[in-house]
Amino acid sequence: MGAAAIDLHGVAFHWPGRGAFGLSIPSLTVAPGETVLLLGDSGSGKSTLLSLICGTVVAQSGTVAVAGTDLAGLSGAGRDRHRADHVGVIFQQFNLLPFGTVQDNILLPLRFAPNRRQRCPDPRKTAAQLCAALGLPDGVLVQRAASLSVGQQQRVAVARALIGQPPILVADEPTSALDETSQAQFLDLLFGQVAAQGSTLVMVSHDPRMAPRFDRVLSMADVIQKGAA
Amino acid sequence: MLVRLAAASLWARALTVGMTILAIALSVALFLGVEKVRTGAKASFANTISGTDLIVGARSGSVQLLLYSVFRIGNATNNVTWDSYLDLADRPEVDWIVPISLGDSHRQFRVMGTTTDFFDHYKYRRDRGLVTAQGAIMDDLFDAVIGSDVAATLGYSVDDPIVVAHGIASFTEHKDQPFRVSGILEKTGTPVDRTVIVSMEAIEAIHVDWRSGAKIPGQTTPPDEIRQMDLTPKAVTAALVGVTSPLKTFSLQRAVNEYREEPLLAILPGVALQELWGIVGIAETALLAVSVMVVVTALIGLMATIFSSLNERRREMAILRAMGASPWTILALLVLEAALTAAVGAVLGVALLYGVLAVAQPMVDAAFGLFLPITPPSLAELWVLLGVIAAGAIVSMVPAVRAYRLSLSDGMTVRT
Ligand SMILES: Nc1ncnc2c1ncn2[C@@H]1O[C@H](COP(=O)(O)OP(=O)(O)OP(=O)(O)O)[C@@H](O)[C@H]1O
Ligand SMILES: [Mg+2]
Repeated sequence: MGAAAIDLHGVAFHWPGRGAFGLSIPSLTVAPGETVLLLGDSGSGKSTLLSLICGTVVAQSGTVAVAGTDLAGLSGAGRDRHRADHVGVIFQQFNLLPFGTVQDNILLPLRFAPNRRQRCPDPRKTAAQLCAALGLPDGVLVQRAASLSVGQQQRVAVARALIGQPPILVADEPTSALDETSQAQFLDLLFGQVAAQGSTLVMVSHDPRMAPRFDRVLSMADVIQKGAA
Repeated sequence: MLVRLAAASLWARALTVGMTILAIALSVALFLGVEKVRTGAKASFANTISGTDLIVGARSGSVQLLLYSVFRIGNATNNVTWDSYLDLADRPEVDWIVPISLGDSHRQFRVMGTTTDFFDHYKYRRDRGLVTAQGAIMDDLFDAVIGSDVAATLGYSVDDPIVVAHGIASFTEHKDQPFRVSGILEKTGTPVDRTVIVSMEAIEAIHVDWRSGAKIPGQTTPPDEIRQMDLTPKAVTAALVGVTSPLKTFSLQRAVNEYREEPLLAILPGVALQELWGIVGIAETALLAVSVMVVVTALIGLMATIFSSLNERRREMAILRAMGASPWTILALLVLEAALTAAVGAVLGVALLYGVLAVAQPMVDAAFGLFLPITPPSLAELWVLLGVIAAGAIVSMVPAVRAYRLSLSDGMTVRT
């Protein structure tokens, strides 16, 4: 794979409204299969950057290329489709639709992602395998998402992000709602799956202690000012 | 899958959604109920008198003639002389003819003089005839048959004596010739329920001692003496006529209207009833408008519920967006949800209506003589249901568009 998984160039973005927060990123490249930890203070724009990568918001100028496609060249629907097919997303917490079953939640992205659907011919079986690999108890698939513990919910979110093997995984502080032991356990499982699938991982955190697990650690300050190669 | 999730999302908010559904169900039941009562009332109104081909009276307006002859509202300005009546009765087109004489009252109820033929020929609700619930129709000169409302209101039973007042709402009573209740009619839902029926001769008998509306001073003819007198009526107020063949109706009507001896008017009861309903119908429209407003209110409630749910559901929408759902999907989900809510409400409303109808139908019939047929939903009612569902979807567009905007601007971060 020659193309970078994520490639930002001369990006300028600000939220709508006068005096709203803005970001400018001269350059940021993440290679395929690379795992990157993005550190930064609260309010420094980490989540904003992830939104840009996901294509839920669009930069006012510059290029945001994800999996080899410049998002600016796509229509709104095209960006939604591109995100569904190429990016698995894990939030900090409240990842799941509480009223749906675990299986509903895991299969949800496939509904919007034809490519991922193709890569996953037997979605129920795949979901069960992912749950097992992530150490979730048997029979969890039919449980209501809201009935799970927070740690379990985060693991379900990982299964959902991984299903159909999207090339890129984006995680916004996925461990901050977990205690230290569950954090370590969670990261072990996550990295195991990321390695197995060979996915690119961009994780946001303000906890530098997990840095050794990653190929590369970036701080928001670096990304914004100097740009990172 | 999305539909199932939408249903699950609704289920998760069962309480508020349930309230909204209940409001819609009640409003739909009310609307369809009003519609049922309206058509029922119209049908029962149109069926106040049936089987009578023509009503003949002194010349006035057709609605006026209908009002006093059938509904006992208002008064005849003129009578039809007995000679004209006999002339009419002799015509070959006439199959049967029943005279009626109005002008006296008993308490708040009108007294109507007629012949016993009235009980054979007066029909309502297409083919129903008058039946006595107790006693029998009049046999003696001073017998009176009373309608069910008269009996119920005044607490009369068979053999009770009653006194007839001269004129309407007058206090000068015909004390000297007391009548006896010979029979009480079954409830009909027609003005007959509120009528005291006596013979034509009885009406004459009451007025033996009266001249031009005043009692002749000092004169009191005892009942036994009256029985010996010639009590042939001098005039009738109106006559109900049946023709030998329906084809003759119009020629007879023309003949009556062109009668030379006296200005007369013949009306077709069905036509006059429709004309009258056209006047009464304004209230009907108002009623309908009110029930439409109730439905609109319930739909606005639906809109408000969706609006207030938006905030707590921004998370849900952000998740869907992150998974690749387009803002249009979010909008469609909300609209679908509203349509689903409205549909459940509408169906529940229909069920509610039929439930109430099943219980209330006999009671309404007994109390108001209003028969509400329990028929499967008509095409028009199905359209109403579709309309409610569509309207639910349309009002939900307002919050849905807001959700669309929010889901565009939120990105991955939900700021609350
Ligand atoms: N949807 C939005 N609309 C407008 N402004 C936003 C939106 N989301 C974030 N912002 C603004 O962008 C700035 C950066 O927020 P962001 O969430 O990217 O920071 P962060 O680094 O993720 O912080 P934290 O560590 O607290 O999650 C904030 O000032 C915030 O007000
Ligand atoms: Mg953040």
